[in-house]
Amino acid sequence: MAQLRLFFQQRSVLEVETPLLASATVTDPNIQPLACSDRWLQTSPEYAMKRLLAADSGPIYQICKAFRAGEAGASHNPEFTLLEWYRPGFELEQLIAEVAELVGRVLAREDYQVLTYRELMQRYLQLDPFTAATGELEATVRAQIEYGPGPETRDTWLDLIMTHLLQPQLAGTGLLFVRDYPASQAALARLRQDGEQLVAERFELYVDGVELANGYYELNDAAEQRARFLTDNEILVARGEAARPLDERLLDALASGLPACSGVALGVDRLLALQQDLPRLADGLSFAWSRS
Amino acid sequence: MATYSTNEFRAGLKVMLEGDPCSIIDNEFVKPGKGQAFNRVRLRNLKTGRVWDRTFKSGENLEGADVMDRDMEYLYNDGEFWHFMEPETYEQYQADANAVGDAAQWLKEQDRCEVTLYNDSPLAVTPANFVELEIVETDPGLKGDTASGGNKPAKLSTGAVVKVPLFLSEGEIVRIDTRTGEYQGRGKS
Repeated sequence: MAQLRLFFQQRSVLEVETPLLASATVTDPNIQPLACSDRWLQTSPEYAMKRLLAADSGPIYQICKAFRAGEAGASHNPEFTLLEWYRPGFELEQLIAEVAELVGRVLAREDYQVLTYRELMQRYLQLDPFTAATGELEATVRAQIEYGPGPETRDTWLDLIMTHLLQPQLAGTGLLFVRDYPASQAALARLRQDGEQLVAERFELYVDGVELANGYYELNDAAEQRARFLTDNEILVARGEAARPLDERLLDALASGLPACSGVALGVDRLLALQQDLPRLADGLSFAWSRS
Repeated sequence: MATYSTNEFRAGLKVMLEGDPCSIIDNEFVKPGKGQAFNRVRLRNLKTGRVWDRTFKSGENLEGADVMDRDMEYLYNDGEFWHFMEPETYEQYQADANAVGDAAQWLKEQDRCEVTLYNDSPLAVTPANFVELEIVETDPGLKGDTASGGNKPAKLSTGAVVKVPLFLSEGEIVRIDTRTGEYQGRGKS
């Protein structure tokens, strides 16, 4: 922790604290937030930190607890520690370089490589994730694992390929940044036209196959953000779940002007587990979920 | 029957998958940075014994299987079926060779064992971890030879053939670990 704080102090990035209990939450259908009384335990400090950025905070970082229901496993704990930081004026490449420097310092590793999502799949599976037919993605999955009858969306097949077929192959790759995800997996990142493909300006950092950080060139278009929130809610309702309240304060902040910036969230418990060479996340926690 | 969500899957939970009762061995949660979460589940098909690796979307449900493990007394074999009784209720069950499987070679009349019932009929039989059985056929014992460490095959009253030390002879009782089929020592009775 002291090492992380020193890193930001040296770069004049301001430490901030934002509420863990807030009146709104994420709409991402793949994240289950925990309700607490009439508030929500935050799944990440992202929305509140963007409100600070819109109020001209300048570069900021935060180390805080975050909560996600149901995420318990060898590298997940429903209550976990996030390091999140934002860099106004940074393009995605600059933030990648900064993440590599921080993680490299903690793990005592200097080298890192950057591949696009497309290059990664082409290199390891001879598959083009943008042009392959959905049936081809499905066949690739079914050739290697047993899965229910489906049908599934293109993104679900891609997620299966990433988690089941690719991640196990990345064990010896050190620091690997994967960037330019399909537009359908943009989350809160901006989109960019890349030749014929629309890609999300988003990256993930894998360290020997462990997913450690997720960064965006941040979307700052309030109308586009609202549209994405509403699409998320449609997916939730179609699934039979309740729509979630939109964070109007975040949308107001985006409308008032979020400076062009890049931001990243990094799993501190996983970083510790990697540094200490622990096989399970729980080994680095004082009391893991099953004992808390 | 209750249904169970992937986050309730624990080792030992019995669920139905594609029409067969299965026992969960292991459940691993995996999730990409952003996107769909999955559970990689390892199950044992209780009908075939086959181990099954299957991936589910997190939050999917499986129906519980009406499978129960009961302590029973083995009664007799009528040539086709093995008969068991629940000691408290005196209720009797008959199991076919498919359900009894390898357990047959360790079943002595009146011994306790575990019978797995599926929809109230025997699906599998597990003998006690240790059984004591009589040697019915073996080469003559070598008196006093307790040190040489050699062994010889011996046929037991249930038909099983195990390796026993050279000093044992027919009519003696031996204690066997049914999980490995290994001789553990002389029996008490």
